[in-house]
Amino acid sequence: MTIHFVVHDEGDSVGVVVVEGLKAGQKLTGWIMDQDRTIEFDARSDIPIGHKLAIRPIKAGDTVIKYGVDIGRAVQDIGAGEHLHVHNVKTKRW
Amino acid sequence: MGINLKAATFEGWRRENGRMGVRNHVIVLPVDDLSNAACEAVANNIKGAMAIPHSYGRLQFGADLDLHFRTLIGTGTNPNVAGVVVIGIEPGWTGRVVEGIAKSGKPVEGFAIEQNGDINTIASASRAAYRMVKHASRLKRTRAPLSELWVSTKCGESDTTSGLASCPTVGNAFDKLWENGNTLVFGETTELTGGEHLVAARCRTPEIRAKFMAMFDRYQRVIEAHKTNDLSESQPTKGNIEGGLTTIEEKALGNIQKIGKKCLVDGVLDKAETPTGPGLWFMDSSSAAAEMVTLCAAAGFAVHTFPTGQGNVIGNPILPVIKLTANPRTLRTMSEHIDVDVTGILQRRMNMDEAGEALLDCILRTADGELTAAELLGHREFSLTRLYESA
Repeated sequence: MTIHFVVHDEGDSVGVVVVEGLKAGQKLTGWIMDQDRTIEFDARSDIPIGHKLAIRPIKAGDTVIKYGVDIGRAVQDIGAGEHLHVHNVKTKRW
Repeated sequence: MGINLKAATFEGWRRENGRMGVRNHVIVLPVDDLSNAACEAVANNIKGAMAIPHSYGRLQFGADLDLHFRTLIGTGTNPNVAGVVVIGIEPGWTGRVVEGIAKSGKPVEGFAIEQNGDINTIASASRAAYRMVKHASRLKRTRAPLSELWVSTKCGESDTTSGLASCPTVGNAFDKLWENGNTLVFGETTELTGGEHLVAARCRTPEIRAKFMAMFDRYQRVIEAHKTNDLSESQPTKGNIEGGLTTIEEKALGNIQKIGKKCLVDGVLDKAETPTGPGLWFMDSSSAAAEMVTLCAAAGFAVHTFPTGQGNVIGNPILPVIKLTANPRTLRTMSEHIDVDVTGILQRRMNMDEAGEALLDCILRTADGELTAAELLGHREFSLTRLYESA
């Protein structure tokens, strides 16, 4: 079974795509590492390898969680299955 | 199952100061940029001598000059080096570097260019290099316990696969080496931003925690004083962003995976400072790969572990750099740069313990003399950290 994306922890808001050429509409299998279980998902964007998808709906201003820790804030609403990156999430630090 | 670290050994060179090295280099070390040409000529004359050119060493002062000397002396003192020929434009600072390296007990000779010229200096220094390479070639390898191997880490051109798999692989190996009594180091001060509380929580004592936080806060002030934007394209780098990393916080949390789950931070070091005992040390340092690895070499580390996502190609003149990646595209397109393939983790074909074992096996093979990808490809990045402008 191909793992299309990996999530560090079940409380995270994002998963990381670990295959090349992922297309919108594709059925995805994700692996949640810390709890060692899999989830199914539909991609809603074309997402390059290494990039993230939201695994739950995120509102503008929300904190984005990965590794169970704050990694920044959303600057737009992001739908579940959509590409999440520098165009819609910014650092809180610098 | 797995490598018995307590029983593991490697075959390296026991240096005059007792430290174990895994390479037997004779280096030709310029004190300053002006002396690069003479050093390169000596290395061209004498096969087996290696010049380490760099860009600095003139009109530096204060803490920046101290760091310059500490880095050069540390590089010469590193146990992967059998002997050193030092060349500088003038005898004063040349002598200071020679005296510093001589404290290690290893062969070192210095030469100054003023009142001699390049050609006479090159002739004298080449004769010294000739003697040193002859001497080094007679030295025999001896066996030592793995615990005597000093191992450093720094990641580069990281992406999301670094935090998922290649950095945790180093963390798995570091947890095991720490329990084994090895001397270990990590650094990259600004690249802990967003996860500094996690490192602080791992410091062994309140005193160590306070020193760590003082170093972290100082570096944050440097960023705040000089930044013109949110540092996107610098930290994270363009390559990090291409690889899917969005913010410094996300990058930092991946980076921190390198210190594993168990090991405690046993002490903190200034740049290029040598640890005074075994354990995991934090070194206040730049997050730029060549600068950080150069500082690790100057601190006396003998093998370096370097997780990469997008494919940083770094090496070092004297410190073997072992690269590992979990990114299948990087492995497919840049396999000649990768020593340990941990791509299996992300498809659940390899667990973290197996990945850690694969890295430890590569560390042992490298210590026994197997060349790394960076050594085979001739990567000898030697980048001195500067603290401020020259006078």
